[in-house]
Amino acid sequence: MKKVILGDHAVSYGALLSRVQTIAAYPITPQTLIIERLSEMTANGESNAIFTKVESEHSAMASTVGSSASGARAFTATSSQGLALMHEMLHWAAGARLPIVMANVNRAMAPGWTIWTDQNDSLSARDTGWMQIYCQNNQEVLDSIILGYKVSEQVNLPTMVILDAFFLSHTAEGVDIPDIKEVDKFLPPYKPEIKMDINDPRSFGALTSPDVYMEFRYKMQESMDKAKEVITREGKEFGKMFGRKYGLVEEYRTEDADTILVASATVASTARAVIDEMREAGQKVGLLRIRVFRPFPTEEIVRVIGGKKKVIVIDRNISFGKTGIFFDEVKGAFYNYTGNKPPMFGYIAGLGGRDVTPKVIREIMDDAIKKDKPESEILWKGVKL
Amino acid sequence: MIEILIHGRGGQGAVKASLALASAASKAGKYVQSFPEFGVERRGAPVKAFTRISDEPIVVRSKIYDPDHVIVLDPTLLHTIDITKGLKDGGWIIINTEKSPDSFTEFKKRFKVATVNATKIAVDNRLGSKVAPIVNTAILGAIIRVLDVATKKELAEGIKEFVPIKAEANVKAANEAYDLVKFSEEA
Amino acid sequence: MKHSKKEIKIKGASDMPEMSASLGSMAHNKTASWRNLKPVIDESKCIKCFICWKFCPDAAIDFTDENTPPKINYDYCKGCGICAHECPVKCIDMVEEER
Repeated sequence: MKKVILGDHAVSYGALLSRVQTIAAYPITPQTLIIERLSEMTANGESNAIFTKVESEHSAMASTVGSSASGARAFTATSSQGLALMHEMLHWAAGARLPIVMANVNRAMAPGWTIWTDQNDSLSARDTGWMQIYCQNNQEVLDSIILGYKVSEQVNLPTMVILDAFFLSHTAEGVDIPDIKEVDKFLPPYKPEIKMDINDPRSFGALTSPDVYMEFRYKMQESMDKAKEVITREGKEFGKMFGRKYGLVEEYRTEDADTILVASATVASTARAVIDEMREAGQKVGLLRIRVFRPFPTEEIVRVIGGKKKVIVIDRNISFGKTGIFFDEVKGAFYNYTGNKPPMFGYIAGLGGRDVTPKVIREIMDDAIKKDKPESEILWKGVKL
Repeated sequence: MIEILIHGRGGQGAVKASLALASAASKAGKYVQSFPEFGVERRGAPVKAFTRISDEPIVVRSKIYDPDHVIVLDPTLLHTIDITKGLKDGGWIIINTEKSPDSFTEFKKRFKVATVNATKIAVDNRLGSKVAPIVNTAILGAIIRVLDVATKKELAEGIKEFVPIKAEANVKAANEAYDLVKFSEEA
Repeated sequence: MKHSKKEIKIKGASDMPEMSASLGSMAHNKTASWRNLKPVIDESKCIKCFICWKFCPDAAIDFTDENTPPKINYDYCKGCGICAHECPVKCIDMVEEER
């Protein structure tokens, strides 16, 4: 059924269709609508989930960890400062190998106090052991929640489904809401191998000596690597069932391109219009959208942009003291690559919700195309000096 | 793709109008996008809502700066902000006013003007109060008539979806505006 | 992985669970190795008040019936000495562990 819905409500529907059993959440703009709709869904009986109102995001994730460990399909959602407050529990969820799915609405970090989008909140959680999926439209948001559980429950790592504040969260568009019976066929009930069970008592997350701690970490990395295959396979399978295929990255007009733009989230969506416009003018440009940031799709990136003439990365984030984070990681993917390494231009744009319009992207493209190499590691776009 | 910018004041329902319009156009088989100006809205302050309608999937996800058409929910806004800013030549300006399109001679030099007394229609249908009538649904009838983006039936469904309270009165208001809107193709 | 009732031996990551959850109950985790001093009950002096049984923080003193002196479970007793301290007739001695 096609319905015009907000990005936040696409999250709610994704959770509903995944038949989540527990929801523990604390409201924060621009995530609030997700939770409001889910509380309605649980109140009116559409969803059988247990909805727990908690006193903070730290408690939201703590509660979610508890329910997931006892075998429930557990969901929560947050944003920005809320994600920061639950940071300790993010490590706990991943380290305890719990297949939790959480939506995070990308909202810039304060101060200055802000409600608008950028990616520094979720990228600060980069090393927690969560998979991260950056969505470009509301349909992908809904689908990624379902896919998140499908993948997480196979690799025992949690998934963060990420959507831009307002540009997705509060934007309505047509979304195909699949039939729950079809979703059931794709996503069977969660059956954990080990769970908290009073009839089979164990201790969980107890003191772990240097003898084995490192091995647990090794296994997390092993699962992250495996997740790449699982995400690709399930994304294809999802495509067969629902007509929408998802992978680690998405290529747009890259085959014969000599210049590739790398972007994520809604910036990547808008960039397609710019690529079309430049193609019409005869310029050989293409787009590589990084959909999954963790696990990082090193091989796919090298395959698509290795040997190209020029690579341009737009980051709506910054690692202070270094560069844009996607730029840094894309560059890093190439260090041991023996082929022709393209020069890379790293632009930072759109921080704190500043609009990244087709015009802004076009100016970035034109700027990089006319230069042989970048004059600095960070190319600021639109900063007023 | 057409891009529509709705000007209103906080509380008049510009955002709901944008949503109902998008929903109606979606039912007409179009791709749509609807979003508010992302800010800290206050009752009475000027607000904007954006609608994109297209035959192709919509990939652009920035705000609308150069609209094809603008809608003005509150005639007093004409004196406070430049509602023609960025408006493409030949675009429609649909205004809630009792005045006739011909009285907007300045606008008519570059744009096309349609008018409808949505305030009266809203008051007649008891939408909002006399002091603060909610004109958003009434003006939608004028929009779909002038821009031809959805049928009355599709609009009625869109209104019921996003304005479920007093849905019948809202649909009636939209239908009245559909009939009463004053416009002519000649600029 | 060697997994018996008595012990669990892990080679490395390849035979470990992903989750840091114990593979069995406390049956596999004999905590007595922590003990330096071992409580020994002089049953001839014991008045069967079971105060030691009540106080043992590790539940490592077993109760059989009212007429039998309590038994210390040396698989789990960590040798804290609370039993000896609390015993009203001082019939529990803390003796050096022989290992």
